[in-house]
Amino acid sequence: MSRTPFVVRFLAATPKSGWLALGAFAALFLVLLPLLNLAVPQGSPFHVSDYAITLTGKILCYAIVAVALDLIWGYAGILSLGHGLFFALGGYAFGMYLMRSIGRDGAYKSELPDFMVFLDWKELPWYWAGSDSFLWALFLAVALPGLLAFVFGFFAFRSRIKGVYFSIITQALTFAAMLLFFRNETGFGGNNGFTDFKRILGHSVTSPEMRVVLFALSALTLMAALVLGRWLVGSKYGRVLAAIRDAESRVMFLGYNPLHYKLFIWTVSAMLCGLAGALYVPQVGIINPSEMSPANSIEIAIWVAVGGRGTLVGPVIGATLVNLSKSYFTQAFPDYWLFFLGALFVAVTLWLPDGVVGLWRRLRGSASPFEKGGREGDFAGVAKDPAVGEIPPSPPLEKGGGGGILPKGGDK
Amino acid sequence: MKLHDFLIPPTFGIAPPGLVLPRRDAPPPPPVTEGRDRASTGMAHLLRPGEVDLSHGVILYLEDISVSFDGFKALNSLNLAIDAGELRCIIGPNGAGKTTMMDVITGKTRPDAGRAFFGQTIDLTRLSEPQIAHAGIGRKFQKPTVFDSHSVFENLELAMKTDKRVRRSLLATLEDATRDRIAETLRLIHLDGQADRAAGLLSHGQKQWLEIGMLLMQEPKLLLLDEPAAGMTDDETARTAELFKSLAGSHSLIVIEHDMAFIEQLGGKVTVLHEGAVLAEGDLAAVQNDQRVIEVYLGR
Repeated sequence: MSRTPFVVRFLAATPKSGWLALGAFAALFLVLLPLLNLAVPQGSPFHVSDYAITLTGKILCYAIVAVALDLIWGYAGILSLGHGLFFALGGYAFGMYLMRSIGRDGAYKSELPDFMVFLDWKELPWYWAGSDSFLWALFLAVALPGLLAFVFGFFAFRSRIKGVYFSIITQALTFAAMLLFFRNETGFGGNNGFTDFKRILGHSVTSPEMRVVLFALSALTLMAALVLGRWLVGSKYGRVLAAIRDAESRVMFLGYNPLHYKLFIWTVSAMLCGLAGALYVPQVGIINPSEMSPANSIEIAIWVAVGGRGTLVGPVIGATLVNLSKSYFTQAFPDYWLFFLGALFVAVTLWLPDGVVGLWRRLRGSASPFEKGGREGDFAGVAKDPAVGEIPPSPPLEKGGGGGILPKGGDK
Repeated sequence: MKLHDFLIPPTFGIAPPGLVLPRRDAPPPPPVTEGRDRASTGMAHLLRPGEVDLSHGVILYLEDISVSFDGFKALNSLNLAIDAGELRCIIGPNGAGKTTMMDVITGKTRPDAGRAFFGQTIDLTRLSEPQIAHAGIGRKFQKPTVFDSHSVFENLELAMKTDKRVRRSLLATLEDATRDRIAETLRLIHLDGQADRAAGLLSHGQKQWLEIGMLLMQEPKLLLLDEPAAGMTDDETARTAELFKSLAGSHSLIVIEHDMAFIEQLGGKVTVLHEGAVLAEGDLAAVQNDQRVIEVYLGR
C-alpha cells in the first residue's frame, strides 16, 4: 500500500464520478465555451459573448476563493471573514507586474506607473523590486497571502482564538489592510488602485485570445483546487481536521497539535485565494482597496453558506448562484441587491443550514445525519467545545445494584 | 517501594490509625532543583515515547498541587502518588477537585503551586497537552467525547499511537498492521459489528466503550478515566471492571467513580478527595467506615 506513488494516491483521492464530472467541466470550460466565443461568428445564436466569458471567468475565480474558504470553514470549523484580503493581496501582487508591463504606454509616458508620476516619485519603492518579472509576480501572488496567513494564523491559533472572536479579528485585519492600501503613500495607487493594464508577457490583455486563455486558466485552477481539496479532506489529515472542528480538546489529548493542523490548512487556503486574485485582476482589468472591504469577505462566506459548507462542490455552486443573481439584480434592481443578499443569508441560515447541496441530498434522501453532525446551529462557526472539564453535573450517589458511598447499614 | 514509603501527605497526620500507614522514615522526595534539572533533560524522552523512568516504581507524583479559580481553591496542596501498574480509584463529593486534578495531570490546567511528575523525570507542568499525551498519559473524559461525525473505525484510527505531525497525517496510509490492531481493539470493546457506524449514533454506554478503546489505541502508560461506567448497564459495568483489572499491571489506571459497586469490583486502593486535598486513603471498606468520610458525604 505504502509503495503506491504519491501522485497516484493524490489523484485516486478523487473518485471516478468526480473525475467524470471534472471531465465534463473541462470539456465545457476548456473547449466548448472558448470555441463558441472565438470560432462562432457574432450574429450566430450559438455565439458566446465576450461579456459572458469575462463574467464566467470572474465567477470561476470567486469559486476558487469559495473552495478555499470552505476548506477552513466547512472542514476545520474556522470562519474567516477576511478572505477577501488574501484574494486582494494576490491581485495586487500580480497587478504590480501588470502595471510594470504597461511600460511607457501610460498617460505620462514614464517607466514608472502613472500614479507614482502623479505623486512625483522619482523611483520605484524597494518592494516593487523584481515586479517586472512575471514569475516573481506569480510567486508573490501566492507567497504573500501565504506568509501573512501563516504569521497571523500562528499567533491567533497559538492563543487559541476561536469562533466569533477569530472571525471578528480576521474582519478587522482586512479592514486595517484596506485603510492601509487606501493611502497614496503606501505605494499601491491609493483608492484608484491599479488599472489600465496593457499586456501580459507581451500579449495584449484585452485581446479575445488572452481573455479565453485567462478564462481557461481559471477553470483549470478551480479543477486543481477541487482535486487538491478532495485529497486533503480524504486523507488522515482531513479526518483530524474534522475532529478538531468537532472536539478540539479531545484531539489535543490524543497527542495532535491543533495549532499545526489549523495553520497548514489556513495557509493553503490563503495561498489559493492569492492565486485566484492573480487570475481575477487581468480579467476584470482593475484592483483597488475596495476588494478588501469587510463586506466583500462576508459575501465570500455567503457563497459558501448558500452552496453548502463541508462539501467541495457546494462552494462552487454557491459562488455561481449568488454571483449570477448579483449581476442580474444589480442591473434590474440596483438599489435592492444588498437587501436581497441579506435576505438570502437569513433564509439560508434558517432553512438551509447545509446549503443547496444539503437540500439536494435531503431531497434525494441520501443525507447521512452525521454529515452535519454537531455543526447545526453553530452557523457562525462557533464550534461548541464539548463539555470537557466543565463543572461536573451532580453525580448519582447510587446506581443500579451498587450502594452509595456508605456501606449498607453504614449508619450504624 | 510502596506508595507510602515515598510520600506522606500532610493530611495523613490526622487520619485515624489503621486507615493509612504513613512511615516517618520514608526518604524525602527529590529536591526541587534536582527535579527541575532532570525535567529539562526529560524533554529528550518525549521524542522516544515509552521512556518513562519508572526506576522507583512510581508512575505519577503530585506534590503540594494548588489550583484556584477566582479565589476558589479547587485543589489545596494535593499530594498523591500512583505506583506503576496500580489501579487507583478516586472518589469524593462534588467540587472535591477530582476533575481539576485530571486537568492538571493532562496539562489542561496549570497549577498555581506544586509539582507534577510523570515517572522520575517528566515534569508535567511544563508540557502541553499533546506532549503529555505523547509521553504516555491517556485521558477519558467524564462526558464521553468521541468524534460524532467519524465512524467508529476512524475514531480508533485517529487515536492510534503513531507520528501525529501534519506531514505524516497527510501521507498516512492504512497499513495492514493498523487494521489488525483496530480490529483487535474493536473486539475488546465489543464494537466489532459497528466499525462503520458513525460514532454519534452509538448508545451512551457504547460511546464510553469507544472512548476506552481510543485510549487503548494510544498505548498509554497511565490511563485517567473520569467516570468510565456512567450510563452503562450493570452488565456493561461488570465487563468494564474486568477490562480494567486486566489492564492493571501492564498499565497504571486512575479511575474517578461514584458507583461504589463498580469500585468494589475493581478492588484497588481508594483515595477520597475533599475540598481539594486527600481526606483518606485505603481499601474500600476502610474508607467507607471512616467517620470523616461519612461526615463529608452526609453533610454536617
